[in-house]
Amino acid sequence: MAATLKLEIVTPDAKAFSDDVEMVTLTGIDGEMGIYPQHMPVMTQLVAGEVIARKGNANIILAVGDGFVQITGERVAILTDMAVKADEIDEAAAEQALQKAQARLGQKLSDEEAATVQAAVVHATTQLKVKRLIKK
Amino acid sequence: MPSTRDIRRRIKSVKNTAQITKAMQMVAAAKMRKAQSAAVVGRPYAQLLNEIMAEAATRTVGFDHPLLTARPVAKRAVIVVGTDRGLCGGLNSNLFREAAKLDKDTTIFITAGRKAAQFVARTRRNLAAEFTYKDTPQFAEARAISKFVQDLFLKGEVDAVDILYPKFVNTLVQQPSLTPFLPIGKLAVTTGTNAPAQELPAASSTDVFDFEPDEETVLGELLPHSLNFKMHQILLETKASEQSARMVAMKNATDNAKQIIKDLTLEYNKLRQANITKELLEITTAQMAVG
Repeated sequence: MAATLKLEIVTPDAKAFSDDVEMVTLTGIDGEMGIYPQHMPVMTQLVAGEVIARKGNANIILAVGDGFVQITGERVAILTDMAVKADEIDEAAAEQALQKAQARLGQKLSDEEAATVQAAVVHATTQLKVKRLIKK
Repeated sequence: MPSTRDIRRRIKSVKNTAQITKAMQMVAAAKMRKAQSAAVVGRPYAQLLNEIMAEAATRTVGFDHPLLTARPVAKRAVIVVGTDRGLCGGLNSNLFREAAKLDKDTTIFITAGRKAAQFVARTRRNLAAEFTYKDTPQFAEARAISKFVQDLFLKGEVDAVDILYPKFVNTLVQQPSLTPFLPIGKLAVTTGTNAPAQELPAASSTDVFDFEPDEETVLGELLPHSLNFKMHQILLETKASEQSARMVAMKNATDNAKQIIKDLTLEYNKLRQANITKELLEITTAQMAVG
């Protein structure tokens, strides 16, 4: 029995994360899921939030955006539009992005622009949330 | 017989042209590198998306989605992805030659890029919508196009959608290519996938995927998203093609201009020499006549 899972997190900009880990915790559309090796195959939608991967005694925390998750017994594949490691989050930049996006939300926007700005808000708030989480 | 002054004037003008084409070549080269890397970084994502779609399709039995269903094709739409600006060699004309082969009466055109819109308008074809995209194509721009054709398809106004775009082969070669977009049809793992993709179905082929909350919701989100992403990749690739084609075209133009300058300089020098010889001859003849 495999003792590890291959966690892959891919965004349109890069392959954000790819490693063998022992456990993955993520937020699915139906709530938080903890995934160990030999998990039953599941496909679900990912909700913006944190992904925690345990490798050895260390926890790797990432902030991710909305996306899709595919889980098989030996692999967790995450497709998302954003993935940032918690210790790489720039709090000031995220705060600024959030303010800028919120200011734009007040203006009149087309559907397409609104979707983009909304995504920016989600990204920034998630990053801030995760950053605060690890500070505790 | 042109005078030396005429030739000098021509040399000057060709030199100016060469300077401009050289500058354009440099700009295109810089943009090309950017566009190419942008097209490449999306590959792992596209690959994983393909794998997931293929897996999802093989693990769901008896599931159908309107975007997957093929219908007899009476009317179809073609998205022509061209460039905004010219001076990129035969890129657009090659593309439009392919577009001209399509049946005028049963095809609706949707265009991205100004040159493509001009072509469709000029040849009086049926233009449903024209879109624009920036130098660095944004995902939102791709989503707008993709959403528009999905609506057309779902409303039954067209029965199939194809995309015609200059496929990026390498810096020297760009090929007009017509790829199907809708219906998605049978999902399959496409080329470029590596070992894990082939392993997986065998390793877990007995398992049935669990969908949370259910198949309809997950695939209902996944399918449009994958189409949006595909559209985005195509825009990125078109940009890479455009910049490569422009760079090569401008390099050729610069080389040609340099050759012309060389030829003209030679002609100028010959003429100058001939003039000097003629003048000398005149002086000596005049002297001899006087003496």
